[in-house]
Amino acid sequence: MLLLGVTLLLLAAAGADPSGSAASLRGPLHASAPPPRLLPQPVPEYGAPGVASARSAAEAAVGTGKEELEAAEQQHHGGGYRVVQWEWSYVQTPYIIAIWLLVASVAKIFHFSQRFTTVVPESCMLILLGLVLGGVVLLASKKQLYQLDPSLFFLFLLPTIVGDAGYFMPARLFFDNLGAILTYAVVGTLWNAFCTGFCLYAAKLLGIIEQVKADLMDFLLFGALISAVDPVAVLAVFEEVHINEMLFIIVFGESLLNDAVTQVLYKVYISFVEVGVENVQTADYFKGVSFLIVSIGGTLVGLVFAVILGFITRFTKKVRIIEPLFVFLMVYLAYLTAELFSLSAILMTFCGIGANKYVEANISQKSRTTVKYTMKTLASIAETIIFIFLGISAVDKSKWAWDTGLVSCTLVFIFVFRAAVVGQTWVLNRFRLVPLDKIDQVVMSYGGLRGAVAFALVVLLDGERVKAKDYFVATTIVVVFFTVMFQFQGLTIKPLVKWLKVPRSTNSKPTINEEIHERAFDHILTAVEDIAGLQGYHHWRDWEQFDKNYLSKLLLRKSVYRKSELWEAYQKINIRDAISVIDQGGNVLTSARLSLPSMASRASFPEVTNVTNYRENGSGVCLDLQVIDNVSGSKVEEDMETHHVLAGNLYKPRRRYQSHYSRHFMPLGEKERQDREVFQRNMRSRMETFKSTRHKRHKKERSLKKQRRGSDTKDDGGDKPRRNVSWQDKPVVVPVEPEDDKADHSDPEKEEDVGITFTARKAETPKQRPKSALDVCQSPPPHTPSPPTEDSHLPWKGSVGSPPPCVSVEATKIIPVDLQQAWNQSISSLESVSSPPAPAEPVHPRVSALSRLG
Amino acid sequence: MGSSSSSLNNVPDGQQLMQETGFSAAHLLRLYERFKFLDKDNRGHLRSEDFEAVPELSENPIGDRIVGAFFLPGQETVDFSSFVRVLAHFRPTEKNRTRAGAQPDPANSRNRKLKFAFRLYDQDRDGKISRIELLQVLREMLGMQVTEEQLQSIADRAIQEADLDKDDAISFDEFRKSLEKVNIDHKMSIRFLE
Repeated sequence: MLLLGVTLLLLAAAGADPSGSAASLRGPLHASAPPPRLLPQPVPEYGAPGVASARSAAEAAVGTGKEELEAAEQQHHGGGYRVVQWEWSYVQTPYIIAIWLLVASVAKIFHFSQRFTTVVPESCMLILLGLVLGGVVLLASKKQLYQLDPSLFFLFLLPTIVGDAGYFMPARLFFDNLGAILTYAVVGTLWNAFCTGFCLYAAKLLGIIEQVKADLMDFLLFGALISAVDPVAVLAVFEEVHINEMLFIIVFGESLLNDAVTQVLYKVYISFVEVGVENVQTADYFKGVSFLIVSIGGTLVGLVFAVILGFITRFTKKVRIIEPLFVFLMVYLAYLTAELFSLSAILMTFCGIGANKYVEANISQKSRTTVKYTMKTLASIAETIIFIFLGISAVDKSKWAWDTGLVSCTLVFIFVFRAAVVGQTWVLNRFRLVPLDKIDQVVMSYGGLRGAVAFALVVLLDGERVKAKDYFVATTIVVVFFTVMFQFQGLTIKPLVKWLKVPRSTNSKPTINEEIHERAFDHILTAVEDIAGLQGYHHWRDWEQFDKNYLSKLLLRKSVYRKSELWEAYQKINIRDAISVIDQGGNVLTSARLSLPSMASRASFPEVTNVTNYRENGSGVCLDLQVIDNVSGSKVEEDMETHHVLAGNLYKPRRRYQSHYSRHFMPLGEKERQDREVFQRNMRSRMETFKSTRHKRHKKERSLKKQRRGSDTKDDGGDKPRRNVSWQDKPVVVPVEPEDDKADHSDPEKEEDVGITFTARKAETPKQRPKSALDVCQSPPPHTPSPPTEDSHLPWKGSVGSPPPCVSVEATKIIPVDLQQAWNQSISSLESVSSPPAPAEPVHPRVSALSRLG
Repeated sequence: MGSSSSSLNNVPDGQQLMQETGFSAAHLLRLYERFKFLDKDNRGHLRSEDFEAVPELSENPIGDRIVGAFFLPGQETVDFSSFVRVLAHFRPTEKNRTRAGAQPDPANSRNRKLKFAFRLYDQDRDGKISRIELLQVLREMLGMQVTEEQLQSIADRAIQEADLDKDDAISFDEFRKSLEKVNIDHKMSIRFLE
């Protein structure tokens, strides 16, 4: 597949030769320019004007005119009409682009399906791919065909990359750490840029850098663009070695903002260089400071558009299908508007950050998904294109010139100055509530990855004005290669961090206990952090108030706005459900039924039943394993299996946001499923708890009530219908009947589950158990509340019930369908033994499982 | 934050809690803010519903257990000082602090941290994690895909592994031994409480 792609590309390249060069990737501007031609024509003939045409967007119009002229001429010396024609020049541009992307995407499939994903980072692979492609193209045409075009980069590639980052930025955390982020991004980048520039100039004066003909301004320019640290990829490593929300957000935010700083600096320098250093007035230097205005202006534009976007999406209920379009258009327009006023367009990411909350709430789930995926796709494409350009440029010798002094000096300088992060951190730590620790600092300073943006900027230099451009290009390529491939990611940083993190090597794999308990610790810590409210800053309280009072009302749909109080409402409804259930005769209901009215869980998540089926299958496997265990005692395999199960299925601690960001990868489904599962369980158990506490509290009351109502048999027969009525009274619309039906199918499991506890405590319950289970199975509605059951319920609660919220959790667990039979068997066998001793209980499942085998 | 020790006066038992838990004034103040935030009806104490109103907890598989740990046995409310005392378990241990002034076994010692975790398992407070108790936790922490048999086998295995005196349960000592290699300090410390 890859080969095919390359061949196709080769073909395309050869076909385009040499016309493709400038025209090819100017696609969006240019694609429609050549008019359809009726004649087959030798491509090279057409090519020349293509090259001539359009070095910039403005010239494009002229070029198009020329082409048309040419085309008209050509039509003259053709003859006849053909049905099938070679229309290459017509489709050329989009065709090449498409094939290009196809190759890159196929390479990605290949990449992700292989083991070396963990070792070789994506960007490495893309560069390698670019090298290969570049080599192929070079061999085919002996000439550099593709080069990055400023308008392509600034108008199409950059906004997609930045827009993506902005949209996925967790806004709250971002603003919480804004101080640190700004320090690193602005101070750090400026520091890097100036120091690198001046030091390189010093090196030049000292004669270390010999060949490069450049003055101070050129070096400063180079310093600016080479300091565009792109640490996004660092995040992937964080994920594995050191989960630290704060570092994550700081690095993420920094990567976003220092692009902006770099870009502003770059533009300022460029204008200086264009004017010529000798013409720069002193006043102009002060204009350089105007980058503050540029940045703030860009931010404002972003925020204004964010508000507009939020406002628009308020009214898109009827036109769901174009919701994503609104999002893209507004974000893009924000970018273009900023460009229009030559403000820092990159800061329109604030548009994404600001709008995210409101937009996400307003638009439909499907639109949300669309937006997410499209953003990712676009960003991924853009980055791919840039990296491939990089690879291609690296191959083509005519594009760069080597100077060992410059390259080595740059490498040293960027590394040294990046380490100045430590200094900044030291200052910051004096003000921060949560200091950054040593490892964070090392990671930050070491993760000085130079990425696509730096390369794009250097390639876009004007060779006429900046004489040393070729040297700079070479150096940048080397720097990117070096930082991406050797210094960074997987190759050295991971081992380094691991080594720092765990000073003594623990080469033994964790025991089962360690694995379980450590995960439990993670959960405990997460929960305690939630309770202690890590985020309770004062100014946030104010902002939230403002947000709630004004912004949300303005930008959020009415329905959505109300939904923001969903949580509290939900709690209340839950409690009301519980109260009503208890008040209605107080018969002991299973947790499943209790949870039904507002949960809607079992009905709305069909996978629950699937899971049960799955369990049925899975249990067979497991039983086999146990046989293995008993017979041959191959403990190692069992251990492996256990570890496998644990590793695969232990819930992961929740994080406040995805602490993984990649331009090419979106982690979603798994987490959501887990959240849903846990949420369901918790809600169920809370209901149960509430019920039990209420139960205790109102036991007397209810017994009184019962006595009062005792004579009218409503309690027994009319129990269920009445409950339904009371549920329907509730504001939450619940399709009552179908849910009940479903619940009844799954009820037996629950009944059994409660049964577990009964058997443990009371000797008489087993006798009663099968009967009641049968009752529920056959005829659900007349489920008589039997006093013995209730009584047996109580001691169980009393025994464990001292800390209220966490007692009755076990009652909510689902026993797999396949166990029911076994349960009944074991229970009946127990019955025959008359009264089972209490400690027999834990053995039950085992026994039953085995007995089923035999 | 702009907090000073003078506003510590607003915190009930501020000075005493500072001594007892080792929290700084700023931390206490912050925790008090949080406490008041959680205490929606200004009753001066928290009930389990107040904890449950933290939305993130509903996504925590053992969230309810942890909330439970805030409550003293038999009580249905938590006042600020017990709230802080529980959180004190999660204060990171500092290295350079003189041990002389502090209590012999401060709440954030490794031992106390472990004890806290242990109690989450040991719901009946008999000093042992029985097989049933372990199973309950496992059920909460493992995804739906895991079969009951697998759960059982994991629990059996875990107990076998840690159970030194062969009583089919894990005592606190055994619990501690099985976690000897784990960096509890790192695992059970909230960074902001540093």
